[in-house]
Amino acid sequence: MSLELLTILDKDGKAQKGKDPNLPAAELQKLYRLMVTTRALDDRGLALQRQGRIGFYLQSTGQEASHLGAAYALKDSDWLFPAYRQPGILLLRQVPIDKIICEWFGNSGDTSKGRQMPVHYSFRQANFVSISSPIGTQLTQAAGAGMAARIRGDDTVFMTFCGDGGTSSNDFHTGLNFAAVYKAPVVFICENNGWAISVPSNKQTCSESMAIKADAYGMPGIRVDGNDLLAVYRACKEAVDRARRGEGPTLIETVTYRMASHSSSDDAARYRDAKEYEAWKKKDPIARFQQYLKGKKLWNEAFEKECVEAAKAAIGAAVTAAEAMANPGPETLFDDVYMNLTPQLKEQRQELHDLMAKGGVGAEVGHFPL
Amino acid sequence: MTATKTKPGAGETGTKVMTMIEAITDAMRTEMRNDDRVVVFGEDVGKKGGVFGATMGLFDEFGEKRCFDTPLSECGIIGAAVGMAVYGMRPIAEIQFLDFIYPAFDQIVSEAAKMRYRSGGEYTCPMVIRSPYGGGIRGGHYHSQSSEAYFCHTPGLKVVIPSTPADAKGLLLASIRDEDPVMFLENKRIYRHGKGEVPLGEHVVPLGKARIAREGEDVTILSYGAMVSVCEQAAATAAQAGRSVEVVDLRTLVPLDEATVLASVKKTGRVVVVYEAPKTCGYGAELSALIAEKCIEWLEGPVVRVAGFDTPFPYTLEHLYMPDEKRVLAGIEKTFTW
Repeated sequence: MSLELLTILDKDGKAQKGKDPNLPAAELQKLYRLMVTTRALDDRGLALQRQGRIGFYLQSTGQEASHLGAAYALKDSDWLFPAYRQPGILLLRQVPIDKIICEWFGNSGDTSKGRQMPVHYSFRQANFVSISSPIGTQLTQAAGAGMAARIRGDDTVFMTFCGDGGTSSNDFHTGLNFAAVYKAPVVFICENNGWAISVPSNKQTCSESMAIKADAYGMPGIRVDGNDLLAVYRACKEAVDRARRGEGPTLIETVTYRMASHSSSDDAARYRDAKEYEAWKKKDPIARFQQYLKGKKLWNEAFEKECVEAAKAAIGAAVTAAEAMANPGPETLFDDVYMNLTPQLKEQRQELHDLMAKGGVGAEVGHFPL
Repeated sequence: MTATKTKPGAGETGTKVMTMIEAITDAMRTEMRNDDRVVVFGEDVGKKGGVFGATMGLFDEFGEKRCFDTPLSECGIIGAAVGMAVYGMRPIAEIQFLDFIYPAFDQIVSEAAKMRYRSGGEYTCPMVIRSPYGGGIRGGHYHSQSSEAYFCHTPGLKVVIPSTPADAKGLLLASIRDEDPVMFLENKRIYRHGKGEVPLGEHVVPLGKARIAREGEDVTILSYGAMVSVCEQAAATAAQAGRSVEVVDLRTLVPLDEATVLASVKKTGRVVVVYEAPKTCGYGAELSALIAEKCIEWLEGPVVRVAGFDTPFPYTLEHLYMPDEKRVLAGIEKTFTW
């Protein structure tokens, strides 16, 4: 099973007989809208970075079906330990776009108080655990949280993500091993998008697939077409149900493609063949799902226009609002290191305050001597 | 999730004479009875009760759900503890020897330490990492190191090192109840050396408060862990030669009780800092800098560091590496004649 590629939609967006999960029409349209909005967010995020209005951006373009199909299989009470390329899940979980965009600006409206680079979200309201940059660390944490849920008798399921590069990390081995040993209710999603910055996935492993690695840990491994929302959803729903029944973790490899560069700091043209991009562009997950909806008479030009314009309007308004917001106050630099300020932090906060009061630090033009 | 608190200490009163390791077990047992969010895990901590016996009896009393063995992976133990803490538990993770903690360094410094800050306070990581450290037990360099300074250099972590059985219990209870991740480092050489009265049931020693282990007037020794008793012996010997030595047991390296440290230094005007970690960039370097910054005008002589040497921890020659009473006495004299 771990070498087969589970697919439901063919290249023209037709569902294979007997495999269509037959989601309600309104849900299908909602999922389409979420994919379109996710891509619109990415387009705007990169543009803002290029205009010098935010410091950094990292796109998920091409991977919308992979992460939205996966998270759609969860209940809202289930938890996510994400990596940094699953922004659509925030929309799925109804995090306001304003809040997402405040994070890009790191302003006073940012739930994480401007403490991290753009796209390193944390949204407790969505059970979306704070993202870090080190690769793979969230995998072991998800295993631990799953162990905790089992100890407490909760029926929470935990979904965690990594890329193909992440399968080389210590925590990939550790997280899968711990989750399997303790039968933790965890669904591991490896989004194999072909590239870890400039290193292709065949330099990460000699395994025939990422999913096959599950065999060694004693859990099922499923390889699924990551650009096929229905296939991803179906595989993940089975894994989530299995986890909730107390039967342990699953590894799901979603085979997809990073259509953009790694981040705003990277230029994929320097190391990637344009033909590869062109081939994958034909498999665009949004276009494919659009064809599927069209076949069900759930999509037309008017719906498309409405989805795109609504997304752009919401994003535009959020950008305007976020850009007008102030930075977090200087005193917040010292908050949340610990629950309470230590005497040392209090003293350092005072030191900064006094220097700023003299205009020597943090002011547009400093004066020397202070 | 909230704690299901029953009677603190489950009604136990009075004191009992214990070794430090027994006091550590007693602290965990006490809090596991109080708070069902507390779980203990690590390598060999279950049926065996830990390689040093720190978790002895916990498996029998609380069962495998709350005291369990893990696969042999420090990264896994700490990573899992982070996930548990974020989800609402109060994990106590044992790392068998501090020398083996490095595979978990990423999870400690990049994850546990930064969770509260990076999430703007949305997610927190209240957990205790217990680990034996220190030399003098013929353990060679993979069973003897003192690497507390790495953790003191990481904002978001607290670092606690007890030197007596009563403090071990009281500080461990405070650490388990703390809302932030705590490195609780236990000097293995004093696990069973000497016993002391330890209160049964509820006994909390707050973090961030140093202890004056011995009062004196002429010179201050700042120390922690197993070195405290070495310093106390040196102080007793020095007293015979007319030197009145004050010994300050820091107890908590982060956050440091600066007020107690500075008050003692201002009183005596002389300082020896004693620690068994390598000298360079060790915690004593921070103490020396602090004293230079905040009370240099009170000093009668140089701040002297008596520490391990800047070598890997040796096996055969560990008695030469470790600060002992004679080296501490030499350090004391250096503050008078320089």
